[in-house]
Amino acid sequence: MNDPDSANAALLHTPLHDWHVHQGARLVDFAGWHMPLQYTSIIAEHHAVRTAAGLFDVGHMGRLEIAGPDAAAFLDRLVTRRCGDMATGRIRYALLTNDRGGTIDDVLVYRLPDRFLVVCNAANRPRVLRWLDAHREQVSATLTDRTEATFMLALQGPRALEIARDVLGSAVAALRYYHGRSVVWDGQSVLVSRTGYTGEDGIEAIVDADAALALWSALWEAGRNRGLMPAGLGARDTLRLEAGMPLYGHELTEKIDPLTAGLEFAVDLDKDFVGRDALRTIAERGPQRTRVGLSLDSRRIARQGCAVFPADGNERIGEVTSGTFSPTLQRSIAMAYVPRSFAETGTRLRVDIRGRYETATVCPLPFYRRPRSSNG
Amino acid sequence: MDPSAVRYAETHEWVAVDGDVATVGISDFAVRELNDVTYLELPAVGQQVKAGDSVGVIESVKAASDIYTPVSGEIVEVNQPVSENFDALADDPFGAGWLFRVRMSNPEEVDRLMDRAAYDEHCRRQQQ
Repeated sequence: MNDPDSANAALLHTPLHDWHVHQGARLVDFAGWHMPLQYTSIIAEHHAVRTAAGLFDVGHMGRLEIAGPDAAAFLDRLVTRRCGDMATGRIRYALLTNDRGGTIDDVLVYRLPDRFLVVCNAANRPRVLRWLDAHREQVSATLTDRTEATFMLALQGPRALEIARDVLGSAVAALRYYHGRSVVWDGQSVLVSRTGYTGEDGIEAIVDADAALALWSALWEAGRNRGLMPAGLGARDTLRLEAGMPLYGHELTEKIDPLTAGLEFAVDLDKDFVGRDALRTIAERGPQRTRVGLSLDSRRIARQGCAVFPADGNERIGEVTSGTFSPTLQRSIAMAYVPRSFAETGTRLRVDIRGRYETATVCPLPFYRRPRSSNG
Repeated sequence: MDPSAVRYAETHEWVAVDGDVATVGISDFAVRELNDVTYLELPAVGQQVKAGDSVGVIESVKAASDIYTPVSGEIVEVNQPVSENFDALADDPFGAGWLFRVRMSNPEEVDRLMDRAAYDEHCRRQQQ
């Protein structure tokens, strides 16, 4: 698949790689994949998703299938909330935790008619595979990595559903949030879900790698006169940040547990799973730190690793995990971990940005919520 | 300004000389690499600077970087409009996108800067 003579020979390509190159996208190494960072400008692509629609290649995301008689029990032993008993077509956000409660990955679990699909972060795919495999002893469940045999795209924005419906049929527009179903398109089975990572309405779709370019092109043709833009990883990051969504490697790591990250909704402490006991202990005494939103007074960007200080003290109290200049809100925003005593909305803090303090205010997450009318 | 008639620093500033005053900006390559500039901080008029000093900051969604003056002297003028509207940086980096002017105390410093061919080669190496 890759040219052994090229400098990027070691990088994986999605089936859309040539399309991106042809479009003049700027491609970067992301978690071992050669992926589009941007086609035009991050800010233009961001606005397209907020006002019309954006089409994202998310083929790098891991797609792991679990099947067999014990599939449900096996999965439930490892995820932070009950997934085994979901009705067919249901999708849930969940986390995998280690026995200290630290986060191994955050995933979407799909209940398909005869199996489960786990969509994990690209960078974590080898680790998640190892983790799942290591817990598979004594159980009758198969584990198949379908990432490179399939392709995944995201179509997001207020006009995403009408574009998807024109190509994939009305069943797609009738999907409820966090539900998915297979539809037949051009003789190919397409798994479509009402999910995304932008804070907008929209869909994600998974198809066999052979059909990737045809499906992508059909959506592109259907949308390009309606303001649809191809959007890269740069816009994906600014969009998810405005939407207050955690990104593994930033807001989530093996050292950060889901409760500290404010993801209680995805953790069921009444269910037994690896990490549950540690998380119960954390829940009982209350997490020491918590994830907050920061709104900066300056236009400068507080990036991952920037130290956080009280408004009137020189003791470092926390650290920024992600930050950007919000194209929608036109101000500098960030997420950070701070002690709970500094987490109240309105608390004034200071952030050390490249050697200079900038003032900031704790604000509620998400930074951006889409207007109700486009909620579908 | 003609991109082939100005001189370049390794840190991607360009310098155009008119008498003892140098006009300094950011190269087209650097602007393209940064993309989507979100913040720009310029030096103050009257500030005494030495070649290699950090005299400003430029930030984009992707990265933040210092702006260095390639020449020593006194800052005599800054491009205030560009610090409020960054479009000129991308649209016209060698013209309306200029950043500041320095009355040089040591004009020979300009001779140590790269010409366009050398700068292009420098950028090619950085991209690898």
